[in-house]
Amino acid sequence: MARIIVVTSGKGGVGKTTSSAAISTGLAQRGYKTAVVDFDVGLRNLDLIMGVERRVVYDFVNVINDEAKLGQALIRDKRVENLYVLPASQTRDKDALTQEGVGKVLGQFAEDGFDYVICDSPAGIERGAQLAMYFADEAIVVSNPEVSSVRDSDRMLGILSSKSRRAEQDDEPIREHLLITRYQPERVDLGEMLSVEDVLEILSVPLLGVIPESEAVLQASNAGVPVIMESGSDAGQAYDDAVARLLGEERELRFVDARKKGFFSRLLGK
Amino acid sequence: MSLFDYFRSSRKSSASVAKERLKIIVAHERGRRGGPDYLPQMEEELLAVVRKYTRVGDDAVRVNLEKDQGFDVMEVNITLPERDED
Ligand SMILES: Nc1ncnc2c1ncn2[C@@H]1O[C@H](COP(=O)(O)OP(=O)(O)O)[C@@H](O)[C@H]1O
Ligand SMILES: [Mg+2]
Repeated sequence: MARIIVVTSGKGGVGKTTSSAAISTGLAQRGYKTAVVDFDVGLRNLDLIMGVERRVVYDFVNVINDEAKLGQALIRDKRVENLYVLPASQTRDKDALTQEGVGKVLGQFAEDGFDYVICDSPAGIERGAQLAMYFADEAIVVSNPEVSSVRDSDRMLGILSSKSRRAEQDDEPIREHLLITRYQPERVDLGEMLSVEDVLEILSVPLLGVIPESEAVLQASNAGVPVIMESGSDAGQAYDDAVARLLGEERELRFVDARKKGFFSRLLGK
Repeated sequence: MSLFDYFRSSRKSSASVAKERLKIIVAHERGRRGGPDYLPQMEEELLAVVRKYTRVGDDAVRVNLEKDQGFDVMEVNITLPERDED
């Protein structure tokens, strides 16, 4: 059975795609057969972050419409074994994704022996976002330490617990994780930014990880390399910790304390 | 107490203001989650009624739903304007 994990947030630009790319890569690096699926119909971007944009032939909607087989549309990563990308369609047709179609494709991943399917959700609470989370077994709610992002995260938690398949069928609820990204310990110390504890107190969802605001993320996206592959970088290491926790390992939080960050490491974004 | 700490404690930090505001709005939104879809509309109409008699702000009427065993309790809070103490 493929485990389906949605990366969601409500608010846009908080780091869902960055996180989907990093976490799927981390799972594949550990030997799990993993696919990462772009649900952002019309705004395909995961392909760029994964560095496979020039190899897109077919997309998610082609597979739903039986215009291509899943195996034809999936792009196999050349750097990491076991890692596959399913790009979003560029169509403007917002109804291109249907619940039936998404369910069919997700079922195919299971048949093809995938261990994990990571669903990179679009922003908002409309159809695309709802379909990305509908079939999920687990949800990673990405939140920035900032008022509108935290509020939106709470809204998404509400939707996860009421409008998902598991909720509708009275199944065991979706396993929820909180991933705080773009964290700046220096600003938390200055009282300018919500702390990890503040966000946890408001949302009360188990913490999967804290990803610091990092120069390395922009550089990795420029190069089309998931930041987790930059294993010397702070953000890469923080994502690696998050993947380990997702798999049940215990890892201490890092990069949450301003004082431990040296002048040089700050310069290097490491 | 260092000078730094002094400046920090002399004014409420913006993060703590953010946290308080978030706590309130999140509690409010959770209170109506899973509730009937007519709640926002009802809130608006109640506000209109209150405004026939007194001047209140846009968020003066708050409807919350408390789930109890067997039955739900609808709680309507109406915040009246501050009294002029003269
Ligand atoms: N930890 C981080 N540090 C610095 N920049 C980040 C970090 N996470 C994301 N970003 C940047 O924020 C922007 C939005 O990220 P993205 O992953 O596309 O968000 P979303 O998918 O939620 O819209 C991108 O420019 C990305 O490089
Ligand atoms: Mg995105």
